[in-house]
Amino acid sequence: MSTKHKTGIVAEGIADTKTGVWRAERPVVEKNKCVGCGICVQYCPVGAIEKGKPVKIDYVYCKGCGICVTTCPKEALSMEKENG
Amino acid sequence: MGKKIALDGNAAIAEGVRLSRPRFVAAYPITPQTPIVERVADFIASGELKAKYVATESEHSALTAVVGAAAAGIRSFTATAGAGLALMHEIVGVASGNRFPIVMGISNRALPSPWSLQTDHSDSMAERDMGWIQLYAENCQEALDFVIFGYRLGEIVRLPVMVCIDGFFLSHSVEGVNVPDQGLVDSFLPPYERGENFLDPEYPMTLNQLTSAVMFTEIKYQHKKAMDRALEEFPKVASEFEKTFGRFYSPVEAKDTDGADIVLVTLGSTSGTAKYVARNLRQQGKKIGTLKVTSFRPFPKKQVRETLLRAKTVAVIDRSWGLGSEGPLSLEVKGALYGHPSAPAVFNFVAGLGGRDLHEGTIEKIVSRVPDLGLAGTHQDSPEWIDLQEEKNDE
Amino acid sequence: MMSEMKKNLIAHGLSTCEGCAMEIIARNTLDVLGEKTIVLTPPSCSAILTGYGWETGWKVPGFQSNLENIAAYCTGISEAMKLQGKDDVNVVAFAGDGGTVDIGLQALSAAVERGHRFIYICYDNEAYMNTGIQRSGGTPMGAWTTTTPSGKSEGKKDIVAMLRAQGIPYIATASAGHIPDLREKIRKASRVDGPSYLHVMTPCSTGWRFKAKDTVTVARLAVDTGLWPLFEAVYGKVRITYKPKELKPLKEYLDLQGRFRNITSEQVEKIEEQIRKDLERLSREEDLSK
Repeated sequence: MSTKHKTGIVAEGIADTKTGVWRAERPVVEKNKCVGCGICVQYCPVGAIEKGKPVKIDYVYCKGCGICVTTCPKEALSMEKENG
Repeated sequence: MGKKIALDGNAAIAEGVRLSRPRFVAAYPITPQTPIVERVADFIASGELKAKYVATESEHSALTAVVGAAAAGIRSFTATAGAGLALMHEIVGVASGNRFPIVMGISNRALPSPWSLQTDHSDSMAERDMGWIQLYAENCQEALDFVIFGYRLGEIVRLPVMVCIDGFFLSHSVEGVNVPDQGLVDSFLPPYERGENFLDPEYPMTLNQLTSAVMFTEIKYQHKKAMDRALEEFPKVASEFEKTFGRFYSPVEAKDTDGADIVLVTLGSTSGTAKYVARNLRQQGKKIGTLKVTSFRPFPKKQVRETLLRAKTVAVIDRSWGLGSEGPLSLEVKGALYGHPSAPAVFNFVAGLGGRDLHEGTIEKIVSRVPDLGLAGTHQDSPEWIDLQEEKNDE
Repeated sequence: MMSEMKKNLIAHGLSTCEGCAMEIIARNTLDVLGEKTIVLTPPSCSAILTGYGWETGWKVPGFQSNLENIAAYCTGISEAMKLQGKDDVNVVAFAGDGGTVDIGLQALSAAVERGHRFIYICYDNEAYMNTGIQRSGGTPMGAWTTTTPSGKSEGKKDIVAMLRAQGIPYIATASAGHIPDLREKIRKASRVDGPSYLHVMTPCSTGWRFKAKDTVTVARLAVDTGLWPLFEAVYGKVRITYKPKELKPLKEYLDLQGRFRNITSEQVEKIEEQIRKDLERLSREEDLSK
């Protein structure tokens, strides 16, 4: 915390909560089913999916909501329980 | 140098605005300030003032839009009165807490209830602790000058400024006012600089957001320091102002206060009347002095104390209600004198509410009342509503 | 970590609920609009994106408004941008239904009437969600909220019809379940030299009581039952942007959500009647616009 800014509240730091720790289950990609359409990328609320064939999921931030699974037209994603 | 023109207080403020070159004005009509923004709208329409005028749908939105423009890096202005200022209250703290140096003209008008179109200071007094600089004008020259002065001082310490003129008594009364040349004002008031916090895609930052108990006090403390600094900068700005325009302003103006039997402490147009009455009474041999408070916020405690320690008694005239306690000006004066072993007795008089004329008769009545109060002791339980018309009161 | 959202102008680690549709809308909005954007949020769910203390979720300039005046801040900021020759900077208000149809109505209606250039996106989660699910003018009939525990008896305020009546240059409905449609509408809104408004169906698993994974399903059902037709009006000319092949029964949408557990059959009938009327009128308006 700093009062570097002497004129009111000014935020320049970018928020970075590691929301991945919230997960109870995680989405997993089935590589040969993914066609790289990028639909799940647009529907991920935390923007944790990187476009590609197959897509890559950033588990540091993924909250395990499961929306990606429901939007995949090829059923290439499924949910698995988190270990531990 | 300038021209001497017959202007009323509203027009004087509008001229001050024209000369200060704000680029954004947002306002909503309300008696008795409306002529200010009408005149400013005329200046913009004719091109004399290059600015954008937005007629918002309420005062709340007017101050909001002005804060938005200030956040986006532009000098801006608004004006209001009475209930309009009350409606702005939520945003008053946003403007000052974010340290945007906005100037707001206020033609003081009594707050309801009962409803009134006319003056008293209940509107601006309700905002006194919100962290704005508050200047009270005695006459129409000050009305004009304080707008320019306010932008300069406000932009140095990054605080918004209220320029208060008594509704109708100043706003609608015509006096001879020196209107300086634009070039002269430009030499005193430099172009606006946006400060450290602003909205610009080239330098992203998020403003005005949620904080926790961990940081609120420290941020508010910066605000407090700025208010303190405003008192320090005031004489420097005043000195520059005098060199440029030939008129000198001070947070307070003391006249014949040394050794005075009674000093009248006043705000706004009452100051002129008080000085007039004091002069006449001195010609009759009475030792009456006056202390006009120009900067009510930040309150110049030291100067008030130093002046009043040289007087025998003090009569503070509050043009606001002070319900549940006493008049705000009286509280400030007493606060300034507290603890000093030779502090004079201070008596609080409330007068001129809801547009009641605070004339020489009222002030003379105050002067004759003080000795009686003094005989009763130095302590007054409740302010005296000196111009109350007894017959009209059933109690 | 880069996503397909190439510009990635919102931080990843924010404390929104899992499956937050508001966040889906926000990310796609900034992805379309780009860096030359100033975003405003009122105290509401979207304020979570604006952050806390010295941290923010926006990598573009952000500003926290009050609940009732976001459109008035847009007024000042938009005009100030214009005055500084920055006409290409998008000024975006990202507000919920409460801050739009209730307390924010005056400022919004007036800013539209005055014609300032700004994009107003209402993420409609149909209640004051951030303060714990209280009823708003946007709450539909029959829905449970903490302040309508036996279900709201009044219908939903039609803000889109109100703004259309004002002659707003561009207005559209959208859904968190139809992202390409939403993105296209944001693009169109950004090109308007005046006010534009998007009303976006934003299912809230926390407040509507369904599983987070069903967020997009619920959003699509709203559209497929005809409850939330997707259309736009460009200077009054109506175009329906998505026509479901056949309308699904409203029951499918209601049954997924715990908040409608106690909706009465009369209320369902009233809503279905309203859907029929609205779709018929919309279809006629589209024909007239051709």
